[in-house]
Amino acid sequence: MSNSKVKKMLFILSKATIENVYAAFVMANGARMEGIEAEIFFTFFGLEAIQKKKLEHLHVATVGNPAMHMPTMLGGLPGMEAFATMMMKKEMEKLDMPPIGEFIEILADSGVKLWACKLAIDMFHLKEEDLVEDLDGILTIGDFYNRADQEGTHLLFI
Amino acid sequence: MEAVLAGINVMVSEDGYLTDFSQWNKEVGTEIAKNEGIKMTDRHWEVIAWIQEQVKAEKPLSIRGIKKSGVLDIKEFYKLFPGGPLKVSTKIAGVHKPKSCI
Repeated sequence: MSNSKVKKMLFILSKATIENVYAAFVMANGARMEGIEAEIFFTFFGLEAIQKKKLEHLHVATVGNPAMHMPTMLGGLPGMEAFATMMMKKEMEKLDMPPIGEFIEILADSGVKLWACKLAIDMFHLKEEDLVEDLDGILTIGDFYNRADQEGTHLLFI
Repeated sequence: MEAVLAGINVMVSEDGYLTDFSQWNKEVGTEIAKNEGIKMTDRHWEVIAWIQEQVKAEKPLSIRGIKKSGVLDIKEFYKLFPGGPLKVSTKIAGVHKPKSCI
C-alpha cells in the first residue's frame, strides 16, 4: 500500500474546457495509480464532462487564452475552436490519452468516485438520465465536504 | 544498490525495482510481492507473465493498455495489486518502473 501522507484527493471540476477536464482526469487517475483514493465533484460547467450528449464535444478555449499565442480576435473566428480542439485531440491520441468517454470508464473502473453537484444540476435543469452511467450520485457541497473529513485529504479546485 | 531477495544478491533501484531482469525468478518475485503485502496466486502470475512479455516486446504499459489487453480488466488489476497496480505489478515482475502518466 501507499506510504504517502496524501491519502485522498478530492477534485472539484468547474470548467468544461478540454484542458481542464483532462487535468482533473489525469490527476485523479494518477492518484489511483499511486494508491491514493480519488473523487471528482462535477459542478457548473464541469458537468458537461459527464453529460452523455456533450462529453465528446468539449473544446479548447481559443479566446481569452494567452497560451494560444494568437490574437484574441482570430481565436473568435468561426471554426477556430474546432480546429484547435482537433489539433489537440490528435496530439493527445499520440500520447495514448483516451477520449473523455473512455477516460470516465477508466476512472470508474479504477475506483475513482464521480459525483455531480446538486445545485448545478438544478440550475441547468439536468436529470440523472442525462448523465453518464458511471456516476456515483448527486451530492450537495455539504455531502462532499463530509467525504473530505479524514486525515491526509486534499481538495483541489479546477 | 545491492539487495538480498529470496537469498539471492540482486541489484535494485532506489525504490526497489530490479535493474537487471536476468536476476529475476519466481522466488524473487514472490519475495517482492510479500514485501508489498501481496500473496501470489496463479492469476497473479498470469498477469506478471503478460507484463514481462509486454516489456520484452517494448510495448509501453499504461492503465489504458490494461483495459485494451484482453487479459484482465482494470477492476481486477486493482484487486490483484492494490495500492498502485502498475507500480506494484512491475516491481514484482522484475521490470523497470513504468513512466506512463496514464
